[in-house]
Amino acid sequence: MNPGTASAGEPLPRAKTDWVPPLLVAGTALAGLAFIGSAPTWVTLTVAGLAMGLLIFIMASGLTLVFGLMDVMNFAHGLFIAVGAYIAVSVVRLFAPAAAADSFLANLGAIVPALLAAIAAAGLLGYCFERLVIRPVYGQHLKQILITTGGMIVAEQLMLVVWGPDMLPLARPQTLRGAFLIGDIALEKFRLAAVVVGLAVFAAMLLVLNRTKLGLLIRAGVENKEMVEAMGYRIRGLFVWVFVAGSALAGLGGALWGMYQESVTVLIGAHMMVLIFIVIIIGGLGSVGGCFVGALLVGLVANYVGYLSPKIALGSNILLMVAILLWRPQGLYPVGKS
Amino acid sequence: MPGAGRGRGMIGSLLSGDTPRSRVLAALLALVLFALALAPFLFPGTRALDVAAKVCVFILLVASYDLLLGYTGIVSFAHTMFFGIGGYGVGIAMARLEPGWGALLAGVLAALAVSLALSFLIGLLSLRVRAIFFAMITLAVASFFAILASQLSDLTGGEDGITFKVPEALRPAFRLTEEPLLGVALGGRVLSYYLVFVVSLALFLALLRAVNSPFGRVLLAIRENDFRAEALGYRTVIYRTVANCLGALVATLAGALYAVWLRYTGPNTTLDFAIMIDILLMVVIGGMGTMYGAVIGATLFVVAQNYLQDLMKLASGAMQGLPLLPQLFHPDRWLLWLGVLFVLSVYYFPYGVVGKLRLMAVARALRRPPP
Repeated sequence: MNPGTASAGEPLPRAKTDWVPPLLVAGTALAGLAFIGSAPTWVTLTVAGLAMGLLIFIMASGLTLVFGLMDVMNFAHGLFIAVGAYIAVSVVRLFAPAAAADSFLANLGAIVPALLAAIAAAGLLGYCFERLVIRPVYGQHLKQILITTGGMIVAEQLMLVVWGPDMLPLARPQTLRGAFLIGDIALEKFRLAAVVVGLAVFAAMLLVLNRTKLGLLIRAGVENKEMVEAMGYRIRGLFVWVFVAGSALAGLGGALWGMYQESVTVLIGAHMMVLIFIVIIIGGLGSVGGCFVGALLVGLVANYVGYLSPKIALGSNILLMVAILLWRPQGLYPVGKS
Repeated sequence: MPGAGRGRGMIGSLLSGDTPRSRVLAALLALVLFALALAPFLFPGTRALDVAAKVCVFILLVASYDLLLGYTGIVSFAHTMFFGIGGYGVGIAMARLEPGWGALLAGVLAALAVSLALSFLIGLLSLRVRAIFFAMITLAVASFFAILASQLSDLTGGEDGITFKVPEALRPAFRLTEEPLLGVALGGRVLSYYLVFVVSLALFLALLRAVNSPFGRVLLAIRENDFRAEALGYRTVIYRTVANCLGALVATLAGALYAVWLRYTGPNTTLDFAIMIDILLMVVIGGMGTMYGAVIGATLFVVAQNYLQDLMKLASGAMQGLPLLPQLFHPDRWLLWLGVLFVLSVYYFPYGVVGKLRLMAVARALRRPPP
């Protein structure tokens, strides 16, 4: 730090962090403990909830950024999830011996190519989708919804042509099956792995958004697009890459979600879309932090309620959304739109 | 454009002055009306009559959706939910109570009340904000409702749905006359069909009336520019909510009719998300913002759904041995082609078949030298 230059010495005024939503997650976890009563069950459910939440976050984060940046709502986001999952099935099949081997390194040799292929395929598809489908309908919400829904229908049918209508099994790699037993607490290995990957993605995203010039531009673009353009940056060029990154993340999330469920159908994307919409509405459209908190909340609540009273598991998410919208109508972290 | 093609006489007032304004369209509509009105005599056979009844119900359902999408400019993914409420209202009432006209009426009224309350709540919660928000909320609520219907199996029959008895006069065994008329036995099925047909037609004309009233003009204004409509002094939230409730009520009635026709209600015939997609396709291909688009879209789609597959089976068989093509033309892939048609319509014919036909009529009139 050089005291001679005034601007470097003075810390910039920091934006106030709103701590209420993260506290809400902690509160939900504690309330879960109170209702469930047994600590080992609670730990198992909490890990499951966090794993589910983080996977949803991976899939949803791109969608919320795309909306924040360009006011584009992509109803075909589920398509990238499904493509990621199907590509993972095909690649894991190629490396079947490695995936079934009883060594973690050999398993990595199957899983890493599968995930990379899913990311690459979904990203590439995202690039084409943005160019061909979304570009002509910028700024027209109604047409966006219609076109992306139509794109989803066509793409779903094409996937049926390529991979067939049957449910495809997607086995977890050998060393990630089963659970660690610590006393009475059962921790599923794959869920722990999902938590690790999810946190890594979140950390990487925070680093990019908060510590790089690219991230600065993205955040500024979400805040006020015209102003960033007035300063000479091309928001559209930036947007394409955010869209591609979001699609690639959805592909990664889809591949992991497929392994989490151990099977893939063409409906995987459409099913996840409902949860993803709930999450990004809860978080506040356009807010990555809100998306993270929302995803954790949804994951935890779904698992607790699923254990306490399975019949209303999905309903719990709707109720959660309604409750949060009554409290903060623009979501947990409202994004200031000009 | 009001006044430009204002119809005259009885037909004009029956159509609320909103005449087809294109000779080809008028001919097509007349053909559909003629075919549907005489369906039991023109196309004897169970399957054909099923298709005709489905066309009637879906014309009504799609028209009520067009009120939202085409006239008000709001995208709802919960329309099948209201369709399902109608079906389940009738189904539950008929299965629980003595199956007669009273039970039918009670079921329909209860379903209407539930739909009204739900659509009002959804509208209140989400129509204040942007169109996209409404679309996402309705998607979430509708999928929740579908799960609810399959979970509450004591009430709804779960995945199996409810098979029920309809009033005496509508049962297949019922005979109106001993002698067949024009070779068709006048029984319960024919009566049921005409119930579906007449109610659908009446409600369709009522919707046409609604969109051509001052209320409908305000909806169009909201679709074009809601900010400006608000500035002119119209409370857009109220208009949107009323349109949403009206659409929901008509969809409920369509669901009730469909349940009466099928004598069955279940998640696959009413609540499935695939049906929502079908409705969207029908509205857009037929023509958004034109009630006649619902007629063209629903007829085209339902007929394609039932007969395109046969055609594709032939095509697929003919292409045997070629790479990939047989899979693309596999009968199960019919939705692929309609999906492509849908995407192309949104880009190139934003007002669908009906809009295109009307534009062509206008172009022709302009080309003609003035007398």
